[in-house]
Amino acid sequence: MSDYLVQFNNISKFFGKVIALKDVTMRLKKGEIMCLLGDNGAGKSTLIKTLAGVHKPDEGEIIFEDNKIVFDSPKDALDIGIGTVYQDLALVPLMSVTRNFFMGREPQKGIPFLKTFDVEKANQIAADRMGQIGIDVRDPSQAVGTMSGGERQCLAISRAIYFGAKVLVLDEPTSALGVHQASMVLKYIVKAASEGLAVILITHNVHHAYPVGNSFTVLNRGKSMGTFQKKDISREKLLSMMAGGEELDKLEVELQEMDRIHNKN
Amino acid sequence: MSLKSKSISSKSSLNEDERLKKISPLRVLLNRPELGALGGSILVFIFFGIVAGDTGMFSAYGMLNFLDVSANLGIIAIAAAMLMIGGEFDLSIGSMIGFAGICIAIPAIYWGWPLWMSIVFAFAMAVLVGYFNGIMVVKTGLPSFIVTLAMLFILRGLTLAITRLITGRTQVPGLRVLIEDDPLAWLFATDTFKWLFTWLGSLKLIELRTDGTPLATGIPPSVIWFIALTLFATWILMKTRYGNWIFASGGDKVGATNVGVPVGRVKISLFIGTAVASTIFACIQVLDAGSADTMRGTLKELEAIAAAVVGGCLLTGGYGSAIGAAFGAIIFGTVSMGIFYTDVDTDWFKVFLGAMMLIAVVFNNYIRKKVTESK
Repeated sequence: MSDYLVQFNNISKFFGKVIALKDVTMRLKKGEIMCLLGDNGAGKSTLIKTLAGVHKPDEGEIIFEDNKIVFDSPKDALDIGIGTVYQDLALVPLMSVTRNFFMGREPQKGIPFLKTFDVEKANQIAADRMGQIGIDVRDPSQAVGTMSGGERQCLAISRAIYFGAKVLVLDEPTSALGVHQASMVLKYIVKAASEGLAVILITHNVHHAYPVGNSFTVLNRGKSMGTFQKKDISREKLLSMMAGGEELDKLEVELQEMDRIHNKN
Repeated sequence: MSLKSKSISSKSSLNEDERLKKISPLRVLLNRPELGALGGSILVFIFFGIVAGDTGMFSAYGMLNFLDVSANLGIIAIAAAMLMIGGEFDLSIGSMIGFAGICIAIPAIYWGWPLWMSIVFAFAMAVLVGYFNGIMVVKTGLPSFIVTLAMLFILRGLTLAITRLITGRTQVPGLRVLIEDDPLAWLFATDTFKWLFTWLGSLKLIELRTDGTPLATGIPPSVIWFIALTLFATWILMKTRYGNWIFASGGDKVGATNVGVPVGRVKISLFIGTAVASTIFACIQVLDAGSADTMRGTLKELEAIAAAVVGGCLLTGGYGSAIGAAFGAIIFGTVSMGIFYTDVDTDWFKVFLGAMMLIAVVFNNYIRKKVTESK
């Protein structure tokens, strides 16, 4: 039995001639938060979809609890306990908190063929679950559209956990949020990890990732630039790696050059 | 700011969020999709109560008259509303009514089938048409507006062409004699609660004919179907898993798919629903008139959609109610009949219909903004 809950070993994915991912390796223990950092176009989306079972990797293997796993569909990934929360959250703003929470997995009661959606039980569970993360849903039948961005994100995460996720894959959970809302979501992520979940947090925001992450994997142009424990790397180093440090250096030189020309005139 | 929140929280209990306003019961009611149509119905009744209160419009006979018209429209409006909540349109409802009519009449009159078999045949054709509409929309990803517009022409054309080919004309009469003793036709052709009307007549509480029998003889089948379908659709939408899937499919197709809602199957079943409702409409009309006409149901699809919209359905899907659509149908039915009892020229009905729909759309849009407003 290895220490790891889930391992993605040397994952590669090609689209025709395009190498979207090459030899990406990520290993997570229970309770660990791994931040996957990368600029736009680094291959984050492809990696998420590979983790979620949407894409099949062309090379490499996925090992979950010491068993080699092949996902044929997103449902397979869900079934073994990899819960993915996409950026669009899969929430319908016009529907109630409860109806969103149980969308597609409604609890039922009654006799066969006349089964009804057990709204009371669903309301109860949804309100409980939201209460546990400190969101007081006064009325679980209120529309999700009335919730703040952070609350919606928490609802989506809470839903994934309730339906059995052991590994949470979160796609840019804080990108559209203000400081306060983002910290609410990050706090919830830390809490979820402390309860034994492994979390893969995908983001391009180092300032959100650094305080909560245990380890950091940097993706650049489809390749992993390595995984680093928090103690081994500084926030600044991560930032420069992510942006491709030399590019920023080049920019600085160019700006100085422009300044020089400007001053001459 | 801090002062304000302090003063509020000191009054309320500790675990209450001080930023939350109390929501008035009126606001809760305003958030229900059917409110507009309910209010509209009440206004319409008050209006005709004042303008035509003494004309016989609100006698038993008059009421059954406009209820019958409302109920017929309601049957298709409810199905159209469910489809709209599921995020799609069906413009082929009217043509399906005409098509279903001849699917009943031609086999029964020209091929010698028993009436019940023709009725079953018509429903089977409806399932096929609905399935085809649904599968086309789901598989091609084309807007249902276009797919069902094509179906509108195809079905109407087929109805005309087949009827003329087989009968040489555009009407098929002679069904009335077949209704008696048919094991299925009574479902669409029987007035109910006759005893009630006989009793009321004997007490002279409702108007009588010169021979002493009541003018209104019973509740027409359309009204029973209308009430039953309203209850059934509401139960589905509010109380079943499938109902939740309808809202989800219309609200966010991609999101719903991602969490495991079978969006394609839901939409196909809703298209079958509108075609079947059109066939119920056709059965009632054909058996009532005793004949099928190839032009039956023309423009009914637009009236059904109008009633659904007045009833609070959003054109973008994901929101609405069957009760709302039912009240929408009642508004249209009442006005279209009530206008005969007033001095107003009946030509004005369509003006009213259009204006009503515009007001409803503006109102719904406002409600949607309120519902999805972030705090």
